[in-house]
This record gives sequence, C-alpha cells and structure tokens, in this order.
Amino acid sequence: MTVSETQGTAAVKTASTQDRQERRLPISEKLLRMPIVLPLITFVLILIVWEAGTRLFAVPSFVLPAPSRILGGFESVTAGRWFEHIWATLRVALVGYAVSFVISLPIAVGLAKSRLLSGAFYPLLVVIQSVPVVAVAPIIIVVLGTGDAPRVVITFMISFFPLVVSMTTGLAATPPELIELSRSLRAPSFREITQIRLPYATPYIFSGMKISITLSVIGAVVSEFVAAEKGIGYFIQFSTSMFKLPQAWAGLVILVIMSLVLFQLVSLLQRVFFPWSLPKGQK
Amino acid sequence: MALTNNAISFSSVGQTFLTGSGSVTALDGVTVTIAQHEFVAVLGPSGCGKSTLLRLTAGLMKPSKGTVSVFGKEVTMPRDDVGIVFQKPTLLPWANIEDNVVFPVRHKYGRVTADDRAQARTIIETVGLKGFEKRLPSELSGGMQQRVGIARALFLNPDILLMDEPFSALDALTRDAMGFELLRLWQASPKTVLFITHSIPEAALLADRILVLSERPGRIIADLQVPTARPRDESALRTPEMQDFSAELRSLLIRKEAA
Repeated sequence: MTVSETQGTAAVKTASTQDRQERRLPISEKLLRMPIVLPLITFVLILIVWEAGTRLFAVPSFVLPAPSRILGGFESVTAGRWFEHIWATLRVALVGYAVSFVISLPIAVGLAKSRLLSGAFYPLLVVIQSVPVVAVAPIIIVVLGTGDAPRVVITFMISFFPLVVSMTTGLAATPPELIELSRSLRAPSFREITQIRLPYATPYIFSGMKISITLSVIGAVVSEFVAAEKGIGYFIQFSTSMFKLPQAWAGLVILVIMSLVLFQLVSLLQRVFFPWSLPKGQK
Repeated sequence: MALTNNAISFSSVGQTFLTGSGSVTALDGVTVTIAQHEFVAVLGPSGCGKSTLLRLTAGLMKPSKGTVSVFGKEVTMPRDDVGIVFQKPTLLPWANIEDNVVFPVRHKYGRVTADDRAQARTIIETVGLKGFEKRLPSELSGGMQQRVGIARALFLNPDILLMDEPFSALDALTRDAMGFELLRLWQASPKTVLFITHSIPEAALLADRILVLSERPGRIIADLQVPTARPRDESALRTPEMQDFSAELRSLLIRKEAA
C-alpha cells in the first residue's frame, strides 16, 4: 500500500515538474511551438503599424491607404459585382491552368521518352517561355478577339512552362531498375508511362502545379489589364484610373486571397489523394 | 532444340559500351555454362562487368560478341522464365506490398485476377511477410523491402533467378539472415540462380559454384566448386577447408587488384 502510494506521489511530482518546466520555457520557445499564431501576430502588428503610420503622418490614400480605408474600399462595390469580377478572373485562371496541364502532359511524356523530340522541341519551349507575355498579350487579344479565348491563351503561356519542366524531370526520375523490370516483362510501352513513370513523377508534378496555379492567377490578371470588361485585374485598373486607390487595394487583397486559396487547394489535393508523394515528415 | 540441362550458357561473349569518351570493354571472351538448379555466385571487383553478365542473361542487352543462350535458345529478348532481383528493392512507393508483388502481372497483362492475388499472398507468406500485405513499402525495413523484391521476382515462378547484389544495401546481420532465407527458398523450390556479389563470405555460404571475374575487361579467371556440402550454416564458414577456400578467393581478388 505504502509502496504504491509513494509511487503515486512520485508520478504526480514528475508530472508537476514537467508542468513547471513547460512554464519555465522562454516565451520565444513557446511561440515557436504555435505554427499559426506566430505569423498571425506578425501580420496583426504590421497592420497596426501601417494604420498608425498612415494616420500619424497623414499619408494621402492614393499613396498608401490605411487598412481601415482598404476595408472601406470593399464596400464601394456591391457583393454581387465583386462576385462577378472574382468569377471572371477565377474562370480564366482555372481554364488556363487546366489547358496548361492537359497540354504539358503529352509534351512532357514526349520530351522524357524521346531524346530526338527533346532536342527538337525543348529549345522552342524555352523561346516561348522567354517571350515577355505582357508584351505579346495585346497581339493575342487582337488575333483572338474578345471573350475568354485570348485570356485563356495568355494564362496558358504564363503558367505552362513550370509544369512541362517539372513533369519532364519527374518522368525521367524513375529508378532505372523499374524501367528494366518493365522491359524484362515485355510490357506495352504505354503501361511503362501510366503505371511507373507517371506515378513516380507525382511529387514533381505537384511542385510544378503549385508554382503554376499562382502563375495562372497572374496570367488572368495580365490579360484583363490588356482588354476586359470584368475581372479583378480590370477592376484594379479601372479603380486606379479613377484614383479610387482603397478600392484598388481591396481588389489586390482579393487576388492575394484567391492565389492563397488555390495554392492550398492544390496542396490539399496532393495530401488527400497522393499522401505517399509528400516529402518525409509532411505526411 | 536439343534437350539440355544447361540453363544458361555463354559462348565467347564480349560486351563493349560506347561512352562519351570512347568505348569501354566490360566483358571479354566469357565462356561458361550453368546447369539447371545450380546456384552460381559471380564474384568480382566493382565495375568488372558482373551486372552486364546478368543483364545479358535477362535479355535486357545484346552481346557485342558471342552468344548467350538460356535453355538452349539464344537470348534475343527478355524471357518469361527469368526473374530479376535488383540491388535496391525498387518497389512502387504508392502500392502496398501485395500490389507490389502482383505488379509484374498487372504491368504485363493489364489486369490482376483473384487467383493472382491468392498466389501473391502465398509468396508473401513464404518470404515471411504474412500480415504486411496491406502495408506500404515505406513502413517496412530495408530487409523486409528486399524480401518483397524477391517475392516480386518469384511471383511469375521463373526457372531462373537473377540477383544483382541483392543484399549489399543491407546491414551485416540482416544480410546474413537474408542469405539463409534465400537458401531456404531455393531448397524448397529449386531454381537456377545467378547471384552477383562482391562479398566472399556471402558467395561461399550461398553458392554451389563461384565464378571469379577479373577487373575490366571482365574475364572469368577462376571457376570453383564450393567445397562444403549443404545444408550449411554460419559454422560452415569456420571449417578449415572453407577458411582455405575463402583465402584462395581473396588472393584471386587481390591479385587482380594489384595487377
């Protein structure tokens, strides 16, 4: 009885020592253990400094509007109008992204499988990538006319290259032993792609997809700068031309949120459907 | 085809590779026959063309000179009755153990039957991994992963098993255990085994016969029968005749490296 009691108190004692040690941790250590709280505090602090600074030094809102003014900028347009603008940009970004993916995949398979194709087309792809899309955008608009088509093409031109590169790298990263296994089985060549190379490329494809999704938003906005009557890019340009800067900043905030959400959706897709493709420690 | 009990035969085989800086002769004048159900280890320094020997037998490459035959028929392409175990297990990281073992069938024919799955489970049990069928490769140790690699090679029930330094990536204790495991599998279901290694004790413990290859260009400089009868265990390596045998092998390898 006494033995178990002493053991019991000993256990309580160690637990409370642990508690005390936990409490004795320096505040910086505690903050490091809260992965969301730390950046949130930074963000709020920046907002406070921003707000105080613009008020204190009476910065004109066309130079830098205070966060509270930007918040007001959201109210200058009805929710319905916001939704229309967001949908216009989102639609072009997503369709352009999908087109990029669908076109990149066969190109990457060709580049990875055939050195001849790779030699013939890779330099061409680099040339396309090197063309400043912003400069070509007006030409594309003239050629393809109004509607979503030219905007989708511009978005594609901005977002496809990281996809092609990451897919090609991934398809070539398959262990050579598995390719030998495939050859030793005399399996059809397309199954080497679908059952070995493509799944092996998944982590690479996803890193390309994460880069491309934010580029797609940029592509959609760039195309709206050139010619559009709707969309967040158009809205920002329209607002600045009217010197309604808080309103333009509100559009910018929407774009940032849109990019973040899309990026997180791609990450989520990988976590849910391809958990084995995540780097170690992120599962 | 004449009926023959020669499983594998090399007749004055030479292999030359073209590289960026000229040509490299990996094998030169290799002539050897391996009988059915014989366990042959190929011992040699790294880069001596041991793996080339294996890939020629598998039909993954064609010899520059001479001919390679399997069961009396010249090898011109990969055969169905040959299984390969690689140095690294190279499993599919997204597929569970059972799916990895049935992969050859899925890959070759595009579909997997219930019978295939039942057979895969039997083989998984044979290699001592019962209960791990639904685990992913990343959840298994290196030794267990290589057991899956062996199970995958055995799945199509090949007559010839080609093993390319299969245990060299494992720690010493696991390596010994895997060697005995392989002997058990081989005795339960005899196959012709071509076992590439650079470990003298491993070769001496496992094989009936040892081919020693010289440095590049690889030539067979010795073709020796292992003097100890089966079954062997760890103590077999400590008998005087095996000690002498290992010393002989070592001197063959060292002489080559000095030359």
